[in-house]
Amino acid sequence: MVERVDVTPEAADLLRRLRAIHGPLMFHQSGGCCDGSAPMCYLAGEFRTGGSDVRLERLEVEDVPEPIDFWMSAAQFEYWAHTRLTIDAVPGRGGGFSLESPEGMRFLTRSRLFTDEEYRELADHPVVPGGS
Amino acid sequence: MTVYAAPGQPGSAMSYKSRYDNYIGGEYVPPSSGLYFENVTPVNGQVFCEVARGNAADVELALDAAHNAADAWGRATVTERSNILLKIADRMEANLEALAVAETWDNGKPIRETIGADIPLAIDHFRYFAGALRAQEGSIGEIAPDLVAYHYHEPLGVVAQIIPWNFPILMAVWKLAPALAAGNCVILKPAEQTPVSIHFWLSLIEDLLPPGVLNIINGFGVEAGKPLASSRRIAKVAFTGETTTGRLIMQYAAENIIPVTLELGGKSANIFFGDVAAQNDDFYSKTLEGFTMFAFNQGEVCTCPSRALVDSEIYDTFLPDAIARTEKVIQGNPLDLSTMLGAQASNDQLEKILSYIDIGKAEGARILTGGERVDLGGELSGGYYVQPTIFEGDNSMRIFQEEIFGPVVSVTRFSGFDDAIKIANDTLYGLGAGVWSRDGNTAFNAGRAIKAGRVWTNCYHDYSAHAAFGGYKQSGIGRETHLMMLDHYQQTKNLLVSYSPKPVGFY
Repeated sequence: MVERVDVTPEAADLLRRLRAIHGPLMFHQSGGCCDGSAPMCYLAGEFRTGGSDVRLERLEVEDVPEPIDFWMSAAQFEYWAHTRLTIDAVPGRGGGFSLESPEGMRFLTRSRLFTDEEYRELADHPVVPGGS
Repeated sequence: MTVYAAPGQPGSAMSYKSRYDNYIGGEYVPPSSGLYFENVTPVNGQVFCEVARGNAADVELALDAAHNAADAWGRATVTERSNILLKIADRMEANLEALAVAETWDNGKPIRETIGADIPLAIDHFRYFAGALRAQEGSIGEIAPDLVAYHYHEPLGVVAQIIPWNFPILMAVWKLAPALAAGNCVILKPAEQTPVSIHFWLSLIEDLLPPGVLNIINGFGVEAGKPLASSRRIAKVAFTGETTTGRLIMQYAAENIIPVTLELGGKSANIFFGDVAAQNDDFYSKTLEGFTMFAFNQGEVCTCPSRALVDSEIYDTFLPDAIARTEKVIQGNPLDLSTMLGAQASNDQLEKILSYIDIGKAEGARILTGGERVDLGGELSGGYYVQPTIFEGDNSMRIFQEEIFGPVVSVTRFSGFDDAIKIANDTLYGLGAGVWSRDGNTAFNAGRAIKAGRVWTNCYHDYSAHAAFGGYKQSGIGRETHLMMLDHYQQTKNLLVSYSPKPVGFY
C-alpha cells in the first residue's frame, strides 16, 4: 500500500530518543509564519486534534512500541494532498514547542509529488478525520 | 558607502556580552538548569555569545517577580507610566545606531532597515502608546437620572508574550508598549533564534522600569515557552508564530480561561491592475517597487507580498520590468548601508527556503530569476544568504499557498476584477494584501473585497503605530498596533451606582 508519510533513518533515531525521554509521541504539521511548515512533535495527546484535522499516517518506527500519528489541518491538507511526505531529522533547532529542540536537531518535512498511479491508489485509502 | 563595525570590533557602536542570563525581578539570574545555548549571528554563521536555557522553574521565578510588581505598576498614574514610555523612546533614539547594529547582528537583516525602519518604528511605538494612554478615557452611562454605569480600564495583571525572530526588537515592542502602558507586568520569551538584541535594548533602559515589571526568560519553546504559555498564573498570552503552536497556545488558554492574541502569518496577495502601466511615470516605478517589496527583510515578514497577481492585460510587459527591478536588489554584508538584502535569520530558515524552491520546481513552477543560495565569500561565507527569487506558476501550487518566509514571490496572472479577488482570497490566510491601481474605485472596491486584515493600497510594508494590524481567517485573532491594542491588555470594570436613597420596593 502507498504511504502518505514515512520517516528517514535519522528521523527514526530521533523519535526513538524522544520516545525514551518523554513517552508516546505525535506529529502535527504546522503552517504559517516563522517556523511554519515544520512538523511539530509532541507528547501524544498534548495537541488536541478534532474535526478540523486529518490523520495522514500512523507511523511505525522500529523499537517504538506504539504508532506515531501524523496529523495536519484538513484545510492545509487540501493543498498538500498531492505530495508524498518524508519526515527527516537534521542538525538544527526545532521550532515552536516541538520536543526535539533541546537535542540540537529538528524535524523537517520533505516532499515529492505522488505519481499518477500512486495518487489513484490513494483514493481507496482516504485520510482519517479527527474528532471521531 | 558606510560599513558599520561588527559588535565588539574597534569603532563599533555597541558590543555584546559573552553570556546572557534570564532577567527576573530587575536583575540577571542564572538559569536554574545551569545550562546555556549558543547564539549564532546569521551574518557569518559564527557563535558570538551564549544564552540562558530557561525552564519551568525560571518561569515560576519570573511569575513571582511579576506578581510582586503588578499592584504597584497597575496603580501608577497614567502620567507616570506614559512618561516612562517616553523616556524609553528617548533613550532608544539617543542609541539608534547601536540598537540597529545589535539587531542586524542578531537577526541578519540589513542595517539600512534597522536604522530606517525597525528601530525608528519601535521608538515611535512607545511614544504612540504613551500618548494613547494619556488620551484614553473610560465612559459614563446614565441609565436613569439616579443610576449610573461607570466604565474603567484596569490592567489584566501579569501577561505572557512570545516573540518571533523576524523583527526581534520591533515585535517585542509591539507587544510591550501597549501592555506596559495599560499597567501590566510582562514575562517576555524571545525567540531562541534571535535571543539577545532585546537584552542590549534592556541594558539601555533597565533603570527606567521598576523591578519585576518586565522579565525576560530565554530558552527553547518546549522548555521555557510552554510552561509560560500554559501557566495558571498569567492573565493573557500573546503569540506571533505558526499555526500549530498558535492552536496549542489557544488550547492552554482554554484550560485557563484567559484571552489570547495570535498572529500566525499569511500568504499575502499583491494585486497589480492593468491601469498601473498606463504611463511609464513615477507611479509605475512605485508599483514596481511595490512588487519588489517581497525582498524586504529577506521575505521574513508575516505580510510578505509573496503572491503577485498581475493583470493579463499588462502581464507580458510588467513582469520583465518587475524582474529587472528585482535584479537591481543589492545583496551583501548586512552591516553595509548600501545592502538591501541581508542574511536569513538562521540556517534552519535557509534550508527551509531552499526546500520550498525545490518544491516549486517539482510542481512545475518556472524560476524567472534567482533560486539559488548565495556565497558572499570571505568572512561572510558561512552566512545564510539566498537570491531574491521570482516563480511563475499557478495559485494551487504549494509555493502559492504556504508561507516560505524567504525572498521568494510566486507570480500568476488574472483576467478581470472578479478573477483577481477570487485568486487573492483563495488562501487559508488573511493577514495582508496589496492593491495597485490608478483608479480609486477599483482600488477601494478591491480593498474591501479582499478578506485580509490589512490591505495596503498603492503602498506596501508601511507599519505605522496608528494603523491596526492583524489577521482574518487562519492568520490569527486580535490586532496589534493602534489604540485598540490597549483594549487587548485591559479589563473593563463597571461600577453600577445608584444615587437613590429609596428602596427599590422589591422585598
